[in-house]
Amino acid sequence: MAGRVEGKVAFITGAARGQGRSHAVRLAQEGADIIAVDICADIRGLPYAGATEQDLAETVKEVEALDRRIVAVQADVRDYGALAAALADGVGQLGRLDIVSANAGIGSSPHEAQELADQTWQDMVDINLTGVWHTAKAAIPHLIEGGRGGSIVLTSSAAGLMAYPNIAHYVSAKHGVVGLMKTLALELAPHFIRVNSIHPTQVDTPMIQNEATWRLFRPDLEHPSRADFEPASQAMNVLPIPWVEPLDISNAVLFLASDEARFITGVPLPVDAGCLIK
Amino acid sequence: MGKLEGKVAFITGAARGQGRSHAIRLAQEGANIIAVDICRQIETVPYPMSTPDDLAETAKEVEALDRRIVAQQADVRDEAGLRAAFDAGVAELGPVDIVLANAGIAPMSLHETHDAWQDVIDVNLTGVLNTVETAIPSMIERGQGGAIVLTSSTAGINGIGGPTRGGLGYTAAKHGVVGLMRSYANNLAPHSIRVNTVHPTGVNTPMVVNDAMQEFLAQDPTMSNALANALPVPMVEPVDISNAIVWLVSDDARYVTGVTLPVDAGFTNKK
Repeated sequence: MAGRVEGKVAFITGAARGQGRSHAVRLAQEGADIIAVDICADIRGLPYAGATEQDLAETVKEVEALDRRIVAVQADVRDYGALAAALADGVGQLGRLDIVSANAGIGSSPHEAQELADQTWQDMVDINLTGVWHTAKAAIPHLIEGGRGGSIVLTSSAAGLMAYPNIAHYVSAKHGVVGLMKTLALELAPHFIRVNSIHPTQVDTPMIQNEATWRLFRPDLEHPSRADFEPASQAMNVLPIPWVEPLDISNAVLFLASDEARFITGVPLPVDAGCLIK
Repeated sequence: MGKLEGKVAFITGAARGQGRSHAIRLAQEGANIIAVDICRQIETVPYPMSTPDDLAETAKEVEALDRRIVAQQADVRDEAGLRAAFDAGVAELGPVDIVLANAGIAPMSLHETHDAWQDVIDVNLTGVLNTVETAIPSMIERGQGGAIVLTSSTAGINGIGGPTRGGLGYTAAKHGVVGLMRSYANNLAPHSIRVNTVHPTGVNTPMVVNDAMQEFLAQDPTMSNALANALPVPMVEPVDISNAIVWLVSDDARYVTGVTLPVDAGFTNKK
């Protein structure tokens, strides 16, 4: 049986690990070839280690094990020139572009808004908002030139549709992604290029499973653990689960990327265990 | 192996249109079907409604897929009749995992009667309540979770539908469905029963593609503008709504609940 995205090519940022790697593997399982980029470096000021070149190599290995092709390049979404060059290289090698997953993103240490350092704010907006725009900007000409439509999925967050205290920079950037999604959906509809955003609750990845995030949820403890975080995280959701898996987000990306969603555009799609209605 | 192998789905308004498409699409994924439909006319509805032959055709198409179906005539406004049909289906096919509250009418007409408001509220809103209330006690008691999808409309998130009593009622009922969905999603989450809505733009079915609806849309240019999509398509097909529903009720969306999902060719974002 043909895969749900058989013969298509997907461009994924932040693909070295976490949700990005999961997206690459899931789309490859359904027949897509992959253009993967990741910064593969620590980012200043973050309370957790960045992805590594070994992580990106592991993504390559997992996609190739599925008999799909992958072009993986180290690139920073803040550097438009490098990102566009990486994508052009990938499209050159794989022959086309159909699907875009603007997934690269960071979470940083919590502070009340008036306490946020300028650099902390700027890095967040540069990566989680401008990086998404760069990704779309680089991809759109390839999609239009292909003449076969396409599907762009921007990874926002539940925090892209509602506010949480102490992460104004994250909430602002993720809300900005929704504005970008809605505008792109209008601009690209005549080309049959669909644009949607995805809004996860907590996902079990290194971006949230670190002591800084645990402390945000358990300020009552000096050294909270993953186990301490679990009930506090579950309290956000209406479904009785603490977090979702990267695969759950990948299954939503796959649905939006596939022809099953051929008339879905301009939609913010929560995958949030009901945290937005709680 | 289908995504819904071994599941049982309860579908209202299953004789034709979107409901029939859902029955077939879910059966293709391995589900057995309890199908109900009123199969007769409601006086305020200005287009021909479904018939017993339509429901028989749905049954035939599901059985052609080697799936089982219990198809019965029932009116979503009649709680007792709906419950009897549900119970008979469960007796034959086993407990229900999936509920699709799909039955709906669109009594918009240039020649409408005063009762159009009440009829559309009764079918499109109270009928949804009756459908969910019929199904949930057994789903909760069984303790295996489940998935419920309520069919709303772009008129469930936008003030469209025109100025007539039927159109206002349609828009009010479809908005009301969202309130039901959010409440049920909160109430049923502890039982791992997920509840979501779909919001189609115009779908190529007898409810939309009929002389009365075309006459109604033609008399007011703002109404046809109100149906202009962002993607360059005039309508979507029933299978597009079915595909969204298959995703929502499958384990691919196992943590998706409380969500309003437009399948609207960009209509809501464009307006």
